[in-house]
Amino acid sequence: MPSTDTGAEHGNALPILNEIRHALARLIESGETTVIDLGALPLGPQDEAELFAALGEGEVEATIHAGGPSSVRETAFHGVWLLTHRNEAGETLARFIEVAFVPELLMSQAEDVADSAAALAKKLKPAQNGRTLK
Amino acid sequence: MAFDEPTIAEILRRQGISRRGFLKFCATTASLMALPPSMVPAIAAALEKARRPSVIWLSFQECTGCTESLTRSHTPSIEGLILEQISLDYHHTLQAASGEAAEAAREAAMRENHGKYLLVVDGSIPMGNAGYSTIAGVSNLDMLKETAAGAAAVIAVGSCAAYGGLPAALPNPTGAVPVSAIIKDKPVMNVPGCPPIPVVITGVLAHFLTFAALPELDDHGRPKVFYGESIHDRCYRRPFYDQGKFAETFDDEGARKGWCLFKLGCKGPVTYNACATTKWNQGVSFPIQSGHGCIGCSEPGFWDMGPLYKPLSMPIAPVQMMVGAAAAGGAIAGAAMAMRNRAAKKSAQAAHQKVTVEDLEKAK
Ligand code: SF4
Repeated sequence: MPSTDTGAEHGNALPILNEIRHALARLIESGETTVIDLGALPLGPQDEAELFAALGEGEVEATIHAGGPSSVRETAFHGVWLLTHRNEAGETLARFIEVAFVPELLMSQAEDVADSAAALAKKLKPAQNGRTLK
Repeated sequence: MAFDEPTIAEILRRQGISRRGFLKFCATTASLMALPPSMVPAIAAALEKARRPSVIWLSFQECTGCTESLTRSHTPSIEGLILEQISLDYHHTLQAASGEAAEAAREAAMRENHGKYLLVVDGSIPMGNAGYSTIAGVSNLDMLKETAAGAAAVIAVGSCAAYGGLPAALPNPTGAVPVSAIIKDKPVMNVPGCPPIPVVITGVLAHFLTFAALPELDDHGRPKVFYGESIHDRCYRRPFYDQGKFAETFDDEGARKGWCLFKLGCKGPVTYNACATTKWNQGVSFPIQSGHGCIGCSEPGFWDMGPLYKPLSMPIAPVQMMVGAAAAGGAIAGAAMAMRNRAAKKSAQAAHQKVTVEDLEKAK
């Protein structure tokens, strides 16, 4: 059974919004990023709706396909990102608010870049010997 | 756990999972283990070295609800957990083998991984007639002692294994005791709940897998990350409790408005568990969000804690008065309330009518 709570205002969204405000100040001052695990906070059904409504929709939306789809969305506040990680079956694994210039997971990772450089070099080798690339 | 076995990170890499995918795995694992996101680099470093631990799971006097709960974990899923992250070498409900082949698998796992395997137990152990519960003709007590001897650590999953649970409820006809009453020379962690939250079970397994050690425990042997705070302290209805707004019945205006369920018997103030934040069914809801008070299923002796619908402190003082004091006096009044609630719980336990087997037989 989901919820019989028809949605009184519990006011639990407000402290999170304030936490985000402080995190933004830190980001501007020192470049320090902050990650908030929404699974670790007490949120009622209405609190969640309130939080997301307050954060709004921003300019960027991306999907990462790694071990299931993860959605990364910038909120109406620049630098405040909402990350939702899902598994292959589409079930939500975890949700985070990341206060950063760009979320860590959107960046290509050094190990993956190195693998790709090697893979591309391998692919080009036969082409340099006069064969065409498929 | 042979050392030529690949590490968890290697297993993921072989499946074509990128570093980015691995970091996502670490981030969701941190959330699963209730660790702060800042721990992700430490988790990633640990998983680079971690190998799949061998796990032996024994079920004694239980209802299989804990295993039912485990199979509903979606992060990691039971398939993912068994196939990729642990080597579940014995679990008589989930394994395909039966009879002698099953017992042989347990003995082989114990031999090969001596001193390193993890023993998980659900269900309590009867100290009365051993015949109350046996597996392959071996008493629960003997099997527990024999299997725990070579274990690195023991995890008691569910209120039965942790505290005796339902079988130990008065009049405790089988003389049921928890794992910790028998195993004294190994680290024993209690993961209570009737049943525990699915992702809390996989969360503690993930912790052992990642760090090769048990997480920090409280006085009741419970992992602090999941049981460190009361339901009440993390309850989203708490602002209403603080304002003195209570549902008086299950269908009144207060109930519809999502007010506090204290007067309807909510045991949240004396119950330590992760339901209020982790929630159930992939984070969809938990009892209080579905309109029912917490019944306190993860506390020691909860079956004998008194009626489910009786408010914790009703007989002692009107709630409004206390709540007014709590709002005005802050933490001190809050602490007084908590103490009073603890006293109420004790007296409920003491006053609970005891029924003996003789009484039941007389009533026939
Ligand atoms: S008494 Fe129960 S419903 Fe009320 S705030 Fe505490 S845990 Fe929540």
